[in-house]
Amino acid sequence: MAFHKINITVNGAQEQVVVPSNMTLMQMLRESLALTGTKNGCSAGECGACTALMNGEPVNTCMVLAAECDGVEIVTVEGLADDNRLSPLQEAMLATGGVQCGFCTPGVLISSRALLDRNPNPSEDEIREALVGNLCRCTGYVRIIEAVKAAARTQVAASA
Amino acid sequence: MVEPKVQGNISPVGENKPRIDAREKVTGAAVYADDIQFGNGLLHARIKRSPHPHALIKKIDVTKARALPGVKAVVTGEDFPGYIGLYLQDRYIFCRDRVRYVGDPVAGVAASSVEIAEQALDLIEVEYELLPPVLDPEFGAGAEAPLLHPDLGKYVVANFIFPQAGTNISNHFKIRKGDVDGAWEQCAAVVERKYRIPHIQHVPIETHVAIAKVEVTGEITLWGSSQSPFAQRNLIAQSMGISQSKMRVIAPFVGGGFGCKAGVSMEALAVAIATKVKGHPVKLVLTREEEFYTAFVRQGLVAYFKIGCDAQGRLLAMENKFYWDGGAYTEYGVNVTRASGYSSSGPYEVPNIKTDSCCVYTNHPVGGPMRGFGMPEMHAGLEQCIDELALQIKMDAVDFRRLNCLKTGSSLVTGSRMHPTGLPQCIEKAADAIGWGRKAPASAPNKRRGKGLALMWKAPAMPPNAGSSAWVELAEDGSLNVGVGGQDLGQGVFTVAAQMAAAALGVPYESVRVAIPVDTRYSPYEWQTVASRLTWSMGNAIVNAAKDARRQILETVSAAWEEPIENLDIVNGVVISFKSEKEVPLKNLVIYGLPKPDGQGWRGGPIVGRGNFMPTYVTGLDPETGQGERAVVHYTTGAQAVELEVDLETGRIDILRGVSAFDVGKAINPELVKAQMEGGFVQGMSSALFESLQLKGGVLQNPSFVDYRIATSTDAPKDLEAFIVEVPQDDGPWGARGIGEHSMVPTIPAIANAIYDAVGIRLDGPPFTAEKVYLAMLDAGIVK
Repeated sequence: MAFHKINITVNGAQEQVVVPSNMTLMQMLRESLALTGTKNGCSAGECGACTALMNGEPVNTCMVLAAECDGVEIVTVEGLADDNRLSPLQEAMLATGGVQCGFCTPGVLISSRALLDRNPNPSEDEIREALVGNLCRCTGYVRIIEAVKAAARTQVAASA
Repeated sequence: MVEPKVQGNISPVGENKPRIDAREKVTGAAVYADDIQFGNGLLHARIKRSPHPHALIKKIDVTKARALPGVKAVVTGEDFPGYIGLYLQDRYIFCRDRVRYVGDPVAGVAASSVEIAEQALDLIEVEYELLPPVLDPEFGAGAEAPLLHPDLGKYVVANFIFPQAGTNISNHFKIRKGDVDGAWEQCAAVVERKYRIPHIQHVPIETHVAIAKVEVTGEITLWGSSQSPFAQRNLIAQSMGISQSKMRVIAPFVGGGFGCKAGVSMEALAVAIATKVKGHPVKLVLTREEEFYTAFVRQGLVAYFKIGCDAQGRLLAMENKFYWDGGAYTEYGVNVTRASGYSSSGPYEVPNIKTDSCCVYTNHPVGGPMRGFGMPEMHAGLEQCIDELALQIKMDAVDFRRLNCLKTGSSLVTGSRMHPTGLPQCIEKAADAIGWGRKAPASAPNKRRGKGLALMWKAPAMPPNAGSSAWVELAEDGSLNVGVGGQDLGQGVFTVAAQMAAAALGVPYESVRVAIPVDTRYSPYEWQTVASRLTWSMGNAIVNAAKDARRQILETVSAAWEEPIENLDIVNGVVISFKSEKEVPLKNLVIYGLPKPDGQGWRGGPIVGRGNFMPTYVTGLDPETGQGERAVVHYTTGAQAVELEVDLETGRIDILRGVSAFDVGKAINPELVKAQMEGGFVQGMSSALFESLQLKGGVLQNPSFVDYRIATSTDAPKDLEAFIVEVPQDDGPWGARGIGEHSMVPTIPAIANAIYDAVGIRLDGPPFTAEKVYLAMLDAGIVK
């Protein structure tokens, strides 16, 4: 097994990690950096629980090899709150009750964050489309969608 | 009704308090089983599984696997002779003589990496002698079927389960009430139907995870994604032949359960392997593929209904036959069979009824508990028959239900009387909200619109004496710590536990924490987190614990102030006297007590309240008639209605609106109750439209999210509404009863009835995929 030394920025912090060739970004985050907020639901790119931002784009980290991440910037769920202050999206998820078991929540938050970054005022259909790769078995999605709408309103209000 | 004294206007019961665990869950801080760090000593386990649905094991050779560098242990059934199972001990931890489904564990490996463990699996050589499989429950119940469990008559079994030795029937539950045969001739209309409900899977987004560590002293610790830490302690200890006191289960946050993480499944595999590598934690994580067919599945059902009513629409007779496809082991599924039997009238008063509900061994994946515990499967057919009967006698389907539904005092299928129920109110809420009787135009010329409604009832299915316990203790600052053994699977029970404890003791909700993770070494006993029983049962235990603490506190203060206890109360964390108007904050007394008035000595001490709850009134049922004084603790009832459109060109169903109304007795946290109704509706909708484990020759064809589709964000209806009906439960805390499972029980038939309303077709079972709907419309000549 070959090993690779990569330099990677995770949640604003610069890290140097040695990773085996077959290690996925998800494994590196969870095992090498102990950022276990990124969840493993299928290891096949189908459930979205491991979604993180890679250079601003949402990716299924189980489908990305860590060795290919030299020089990239990653944001995980642990990077969404500003120290102890929750982001508007996180606050909205609390307020609407979009959290049940919580296992899909990190991926849902990351996909929603990516949506709001590129489209600060999405329609309901756009929100649903943006979350189609994040499977949730508890909530029926309704309160998650409400949370994204609420966060969008807060952000638009804040920037007005 | 247990009605704790409400503490002025601060009672958090009935308030929409924020989830106690939400902040951890939105920040990534919440720890699930796979997140626990074990360091370098951690070993990884993988399981060698049977590729055959039914075969004898002639030989297992593990020598090559053992020789692979990095492999620390290889175990087989030879090492673990004990049976395991919840209601019927019909299962070995690893197969010993025979495999009974594709996926049955035959050997386990612990290695220094997952990759090495998987390589080792390929080196294990197993020689099989193939046997003919049983792939259909009706066939399996017959005399020609090969026998899957020749030792069925010898298995240890609960006294309310009736296995038929010498057959594949592991439980036969019977109802014989009234004179069914004589009733048919009085019927003005009779509907006879057969339905086939496919196997589905729970699909928690977190797969099963277990980490086991065995100390050199023999003490075992299991960390797992678990609904049932105490049941796992008990069953694994029994199977391994050790004391329960040597088995410790720690259960962190669970990433969805829906029943599949109840009882014991793969956890015992991890423990068994760990016994061979003492001192090392051994981790077993099911892959998504394994999750689909080696964890519990919702068993399949072949159901026959014959239902008749008189000319006025009054139900007169019902004859039901249920063949449950229990799979290879039915240790848990036997009770699904029983529950569907004692609920087989549906939520209706039926004077004459005969039911045979049979659990049948097949060579399919292992059936187990899933949200609804047999009720969604049974109601799927029964609630369609009700619509068909109403149509036959030209009665409105909702009027028919109004007439026949269970009301307070109605005679039940098991012979007892219905307790106070809000089912009639649920019908009105659902019918009203869906606009029953009014037809809206379709949104496009190629679409047809329809409405459907269905009812449900469901009791907690559990042993008659399933118990709960709780403790409460106070810290120096007067904050409250609540010990529970039940588990939050996402339903929000820790939040509700905190609300109830706060209200019963008289402290603010914000000053309560719940002592988690549940750890069988420190947490109080709880039977299992199943049956939608925690708010009710564990809630009662919490109230009793809080009352016990309250008594201790008030006795201390009463003595110190020389005032009778009746003058005192605890409000917002302060003990007050109505009479003397004295006050003392809890923080001043709950650890150090109070000084005696003369300064000579002290009273009281650290406060710890304890409480338990166990129903004591459930009786047995006659094995031949299913009649008895009280079959269950209570029934939650409800109704759902849907409005949908069918696309004539594609057969695609669009659910436009979903309405739920359930009688929860008392909503401790109304928004959490509504969240259960919404989530349950969408899970039910998903099972109605998309989900089926496609088993061919015992082999699962679709074990992935690509091939087994569940509802996504674009499938969920845009319009979901939930109504809470509150007719109190006499022995529920504040009158509460459960809601977790019920919300997906009537969804399949509500959708089926709406499809009929839209296009006039009925299918013999879900999922109502676009293809099946289109072909049925083609057959019926609706489309050409």
